[in-house]
Amino acid sequence: MASLPNGLPIVSDRRASPLPALGALVAGAAAVLGLLLAEQQWEVATLAIVGALALLIGGKLGWGEVIHRSATDHHRWITPVAWLTAALVIFGLREHNFELLMLCTVMLYMVAGLGLTVQFGYTGVVNFAAAAFMGVGAYTAAVLLLHTGLPHVLVILAGGLVSAVIGSVLLLPLLRTRGHYAALITIAFGILFRTFLEVNDTLGGPQGLKVPGMEWFGLVFNDAIEIDDETEWSFYLRYAGLCLVLLFFAYHFVRRLERSWLGLSLDAVRLDETAASAFGLNGAAWKIVAFSIGNFLAGMAGAVYAMVTAFIAPASFTFGDSLILVSIVILGGLGNPLGLLPAALIVVVLPEKLQVIQEYRFLLFAALVIAILLVRPGGLIPRRARDYFPGAGGR
Amino acid sequence: MDLALIAQHLVNGAMLGVIYALVAVGFTLFFGVLDVIKFSHGDVVMLGAFTALATSAGLVGSGSALPPAIVLAAMFIAAVGGMAVFGALMAKFLVLPLRKAPTLNVLLITLMAGTVIREAVRLFYPQGSNPKPFPRLLPTGAWEIGEFTLRYDSTILLVTGVVAIVLVHLVITRTRLGLAIRAVAQDPETASAMGIPFHGTVLATFAIGSALAALAGVVNGLYYSEVSFNMGLLLGAIGFSAAVIGGLGNVYGAILGGFIFAALQTIGAVLLPIASAYKDVFAFAAVILLMAWKPGGLLAERSADRV
Repeated sequence: MASLPNGLPIVSDRRASPLPALGALVAGAAAVLGLLLAEQQWEVATLAIVGALALLIGGKLGWGEVIHRSATDHHRWITPVAWLTAALVIFGLREHNFELLMLCTVMLYMVAGLGLTVQFGYTGVVNFAAAAFMGVGAYTAAVLLLHTGLPHVLVILAGGLVSAVIGSVLLLPLLRTRGHYAALITIAFGILFRTFLEVNDTLGGPQGLKVPGMEWFGLVFNDAIEIDDETEWSFYLRYAGLCLVLLFFAYHFVRRLERSWLGLSLDAVRLDETAASAFGLNGAAWKIVAFSIGNFLAGMAGAVYAMVTAFIAPASFTFGDSLILVSIVILGGLGNPLGLLPAALIVVVLPEKLQVIQEYRFLLFAALVIAILLVRPGGLIPRRARDYFPGAGGR
Repeated sequence: MDLALIAQHLVNGAMLGVIYALVAVGFTLFFGVLDVIKFSHGDVVMLGAFTALATSAGLVGSGSALPPAIVLAAMFIAAVGGMAVFGALMAKFLVLPLRKAPTLNVLLITLMAGTVIREAVRLFYPQGSNPKPFPRLLPTGAWEIGEFTLRYDSTILLVTGVVAIVLVHLVITRTRLGLAIRAVAQDPETASAMGIPFHGTVLATFAIGSALAALAGVVNGLYYSEVSFNMGLLLGAIGFSAAVIGGLGNVYGAILGGFIFAALQTIGAVLLPIASAYKDVFAFAAVILLMAWKPGGLLAERSADRV
């Protein structure tokens, strides 16, 4: 973009064309579908190379800026279209069990990632136990589903609530420490939680628990969907819809939070707690808010995860899984909810898809993340400054 | 509980303490000079143990009947030297390039480097995915003092670890290199202005820390007679906990932290009425409480914040 001598960009009065945003949307949907449906290794490899090239060339040519302007100028209808596209992608996968399950995992990791975004993207409260908080939600859901008749929608909420409450145990040490010291507290909690589950027999021990499926007003989620004699849709279709709804609410909640004065306060606390308190912001209070919101989201994601996978075990909520969640958030671009999608796809789906080189996939995946961090330290889609008047074109 | 049993637990605890302290010192040294946490440190411990294992396998496999002492010496030299070089290389190519990036990025990149190391060992070491027996090269006898038996090998390992810790202490306090490390830790810019080579000092620090990690790995292997590719993750987390309990940046704090963590685990295993399986739960819960009580670690580095 050209700029004036004083460095300010020249902003045109005209609204940007919606085409770049729509193009990005179509390309994104195609990439998701392609990645999920690719069966040959060369297909996955081609997709990965095309994606990397698009990132490199697009970065040089400033595509990100063009797409961003186009999307914000038309955000009123681009956003619903984007969600509609997501629903269509899910519907397009209606006969593919495994792919839908992976997509569910991606969406739930994104919900937990949104929680982490609030925690350390906005407020700077580190959390290296996100998987443990998902685990709290999952085990809460499992116990409630097995032993009570609570409506299942409430079970999901309960998973989030219990997770937030258990997280509050860590608040006192967390508020007194900062930086790496705070990181240690969450790491210790993550390891503690996993070890606790493994040795605790009432919660199934290392073997884990079987979780009944979701029911909603008589609709049994685990029943197969038979359309006619020949076609049968995967029962994961309903779960994918549920995950999408959860993701929808979580995403817009976090976005609204960021835009509101609450988000502004959270950012202020992260950037300089002392300065923020000089302006009358209570740093401790905002950290409590952010930590609880984040754990609530992670807990809900965990509760749905338990229902989707129908089986939970301590091995699903290890310190390593927490680190995977942290990598998703940093890889996507810390503080940018939109970056979670490509990051979660890379982290969750890519290793699954590189099955032929199965043995080497974690090695390659880790090397890939190192490469991305060295080339793009801000993550795939770095966070932008707030745009309070989207569509105003900067006027 | 009789005295002999208590002594037995003391020796076990001290052994663990030495291993943890060796790992924790690395964490605290890296944090001192660069303000970073290198999360692949636990995997460097593991890699050190495997380097030693490969060396012994190579020496024994070559058919020559070498005395155990020489094999052992070769193992130690290969592991410690190899990891020193490896640590310096990691600092040069992964940590230093990210000096200006947010600390979380450094954390993530070293974490991923740890995964690369772990996976590489699992894949490329012959049958690396199974736990490997570590050769028992130390004398096997034991002193019997009443009910209490003190094995020769644990005594040797204990002494080795303590000597290593004392050596680090001497290097840090008595040598020019130690002076440079302390200067860079205090203020890198002023240190550079005084003619201390920043990069060289950082690389040397990483070499020392990684050499200690290798030593911890070999000691760990000789003590338990078994190593596996994924032993690094928990050891790394424990070493990090120990360094933080003591106060990051403080070498004595790290040593203290290592022994405290070992003590917590031992106490958890011995005294908890339920089951010793809860010993890690107990130890990590105690760490959380300890942090709530002393947020900056027991030997806190600084008392005031710069605003």
